[in-house]
Amino acid sequence: MTTQETAVAVELITVVIDGFEVSVPKGTLVIRAAEKLGIQIPRFCDHPLLDPVGACRQCLVDIEINGRAFPKPQASCTIPVEPNMIVKTQLTSAVADKAQKGVMELLLGNHPLDCPVCDKGGECPLQNQAMSNGNPEARLGGVKRTFEKPINISSQVLLDRERCVLCARCTRFSEQIASDPFITLNHRGALQQVGIYENDPFKSYFSGNTIQICPVGALTGASYRFRARPFDLVSTPSACEHCASGCDMRTDVRRGKTLRRLAGDDPAVSEEWNCDKGRWAFKYITSQNRLTQPLVRNSDGELVAASWPEALAAAAAGLVGKRAGVIVGGRPTLEDAYGYAKFARIALNTNDIDFRARVTSDEEAHFLSSHVVGSTVEYRDIDRADHVLLVAFEPEEESPIVFLRLNKNFKKRGLIVTSVASKASIAMDKLKARFIKVAPGNEAQALAAIELTAKSVILVGERASESAGLLSAAHALAQKTGAKLAWIPRRAGERGALEAGAFSHLLPGGRPVSDSSARVDMAAAWGVSTLPSTPGRSASAMIEAVHSNELDALVIGGVDIADMPQSARTTEALKKAFVVSLEISHSSVTELADVVLPVAAVTEKYGSYINWEGRQRNFAAAVADSLNRSDVRILSVLADAMGQSIMLGTVTAAAREFAQLGKWEGARASHVQVQPGSPVKVSGDQAIITSWRRLLDEGSLQVGEDNLAGTRRPTIAVISPSRAQSIGVSSGDQLRISNAQGSITLAALVEDIHDDAVWLPRNSIGSTPLQTLNAVHGELVTVVKA
Amino acid sequence: MSNSIEPKKSGAAQNVDDVSFVEVNQPGPAPLSQQAKGFWVTFQSMFKKNLTVAYPDVKAPTEERFHGRHQLNRHPDGLEKCIGCELCAWACPADAIFVEGADNTPDNQMSPGERYGKVYQINYLRCVFCGLCIEACPTRALTMTNEYELADSSREKLIFEKEDLLAPLRAGMLQPPHPMYPGTTDKDYYNGDVTSAHPSQEGKSK
Repeated sequence: MTTQETAVAVELITVVIDGFEVSVPKGTLVIRAAEKLGIQIPRFCDHPLLDPVGACRQCLVDIEINGRAFPKPQASCTIPVEPNMIVKTQLTSAVADKAQKGVMELLLGNHPLDCPVCDKGGECPLQNQAMSNGNPEARLGGVKRTFEKPINISSQVLLDRERCVLCARCTRFSEQIASDPFITLNHRGALQQVGIYENDPFKSYFSGNTIQICPVGALTGASYRFRARPFDLVSTPSACEHCASGCDMRTDVRRGKTLRRLAGDDPAVSEEWNCDKGRWAFKYITSQNRLTQPLVRNSDGELVAASWPEALAAAAAGLVGKRAGVIVGGRPTLEDAYGYAKFARIALNTNDIDFRARVTSDEEAHFLSSHVVGSTVEYRDIDRADHVLLVAFEPEEESPIVFLRLNKNFKKRGLIVTSVASKASIAMDKLKARFIKVAPGNEAQALAAIELTAKSVILVGERASESAGLLSAAHALAQKTGAKLAWIPRRAGERGALEAGAFSHLLPGGRPVSDSSARVDMAAAWGVSTLPSTPGRSASAMIEAVHSNELDALVIGGVDIADMPQSARTTEALKKAFVVSLEISHSSVTELADVVLPVAAVTEKYGSYINWEGRQRNFAAAVADSLNRSDVRILSVLADAMGQSIMLGTVTAAAREFAQLGKWEGARASHVQVQPGSPVKVSGDQAIITSWRRLLDEGSLQVGEDNLAGTRRPTIAVISPSRAQSIGVSSGDQLRISNAQGSITLAALVEDIHDDAVWLPRNSIGSTPLQTLNAVHGELVTVVKA
Repeated sequence: MSNSIEPKKSGAAQNVDDVSFVEVNQPGPAPLSQQAKGFWVTFQSMFKKNLTVAYPDVKAPTEERFHGRHQLNRHPDGLEKCIGCELCAWACPADAIFVEGADNTPDNQMSPGERYGKVYQINYLRCVFCGLCIEACPTRALTMTNEYELADSSREKLIFEKEDLLAPLRAGMLQPPHPMYPGTTDKDYYNGDVTSAHPSQEGKSK
């Protein structure tokens, strides 16, 4: 915080609560001021991140201002402090205490005696506060109001209306935080209830948060239903492995099995929220598909189970003296990525290592090594920005917590958001974003005309690598205007892998491979005489190098062939090369590998991720006694077997060594300006394809969670109204998108999209353009009515 | 031999020859009069009532409220009373009980209402038979029998599973899963309004 900002001093107001004086900033609610003194006023509807509503009336206190008392107790969650205010809570005022007990009695009047069968039992604010601030005996007899129970308001969220105390936390969250107003309070009086709209199911990417903030058991999760009680669970603070947002999480484990994950509390990053993918997509860890022991391909060409020494010996024999490359994939922890980086340089003596198992470009490699590594742009910068420009980045689908932060700033202070894209999106609609509509591939030209200031922030998604010149244009725009430039990858491990040097152009800590003093620096730190100086290949170049007999072997960690451009060619290359695969589950890579080494999943190991901000997110192992080992440990043992020690026997050793290296302080790799390509001409039935991944799709970390899959957005192909008219299609008709490689048939949706473009999801059921068409952005395809 | 025992120096090799023995001065035999007194007590008891029984040939009945092996009870139509709420496990001071709940579905109705106990284990190596679990049970599903013969030859055998603990089916009961009595809710079961199985429940029983 700059001195100027602190100078905008907050005006303090002193109030007396239960005889104690406390000074709080103007505008603070009485209930918060009391918290500061350690006085807890019971409450249900009050939530510090939601607007006050005063719905439950549980927080009644006696208030007196300038010697004049309010005639009746007041809800302390809606009244801001004022000078000369004297507050008496239930602790000092018999009137307030009686009022609270009365409210509690009324809330319990219709509340069913469900505690033994209710998931909230044991961690329920209503249960707890009924004990602390309620009457021990019920005076209300008679028949309680009943509803049908429970009803699914989405495939993940179950609603039990009898239990609801109408605090409106869920509806306020959906409206104020997620901008998904799919649930509301309807009916009146005793029959008032939370409900969904007839035609709009509760398909929010953030619906799990409503379950977490529900102060009773009215909203429960289908996946965790009846699984455990709070006292069964061992909770571990953890970090989310799904995207680069970097959410703080809590993982609850019962007897070695992860049963649920909750949003943690980190005001600087995810606040108290997370997305449904982070909350529910963890079944892959316990799926039947998990690898349990090493596999080695025998002389008959079959993969058979082997012991660890056998498998390590086979892997070492296949790698020693061979020209080998490393493809890491986007999901390693920082420590694992550091292990891969050191393994490639020392054990394999190569710079052929890349974490980008996706569509990439050389421009991106230069951009990452010259601008992104070591940079910090934070969520706080979004809070201060006057204008946020989204480039090749769909925040809700690709980094949901960035979307929540943008949405918060839009709602609270009208933050201006501009998006350069081919297609409008739900998030852009929610953010009332200015939509600069361009044909896919022409984004770079559009950037030049955008006006920004030094307080603006440019958020560039990983898809920017798919449009030539776009990263250069974004950089030029940032240079010209002084705006902050941040790169937001989709996967959680990419930024950490970049920092750790699991990258062809960089050694750990952002040391450029091309810089001889950086190489000397690293060689000294690692205690080796020299490091390879030849620049490394990207992942796709490694695949080509296998085909041209320039590489003999590949070490692959956590990659799905379907994510690689030219998946058929990748498959062929993996068949040809000697492949060592480090994986958690059976995959398209392990099927083709010569040696498969099982590694630990995120709940079974400790380590850290680096999110898009450059912020390190440490996490501990949630499952304490797993026998699965982190990649870095296995690589260390493998390096030993190859006779080239990397001395990284534990995650702690890797973390310590990486921290000691520090960041590179010498010259950065120089920026390479790339000119945008010439616009693609479209004629007749032709269109330019564009796509991105849905948050909830066929991703391999979402397997086994059917309730989550139920709230996926529909798989559709989007075309513009004029194109729809010209080919005689309306929404719902089948469209065929094809090129020489193959075709995809999907239901059409006519929406706001560039006339030259067609959009489809990148990895949903029936829509995998990368595999089927080998095209995801900027290529010509033919779009006809099917 | 010395009467004092020197503590062995730590680290010194233990050798039979190094061990010293303590000589205890044994008193001589008691006088005859005192011995006769002792035999008289024994002789008298030959004419007293026997307090022991020849277990296991003869088994003495326990007191009526003796805390023996647990039992998971059933409703009169055979549905289980246990709802898998884990309150027994919560109450247990010895952490002897493990419960996992699950959903009742139309195809798999094990107890009235939404929830049933899918896994129910009591570890009799840990159980102290205090009965707090019985007090905690909200549906009277868990009670204790008078059975006390709980010895066995392995640890595994002393972890009782749900099928070991469930009460046998009595006359009029049907083996769950089967649907609830037609036209009733779980409340009717708790009020004792369901007194036996209805023929229509049988047809749908799996």
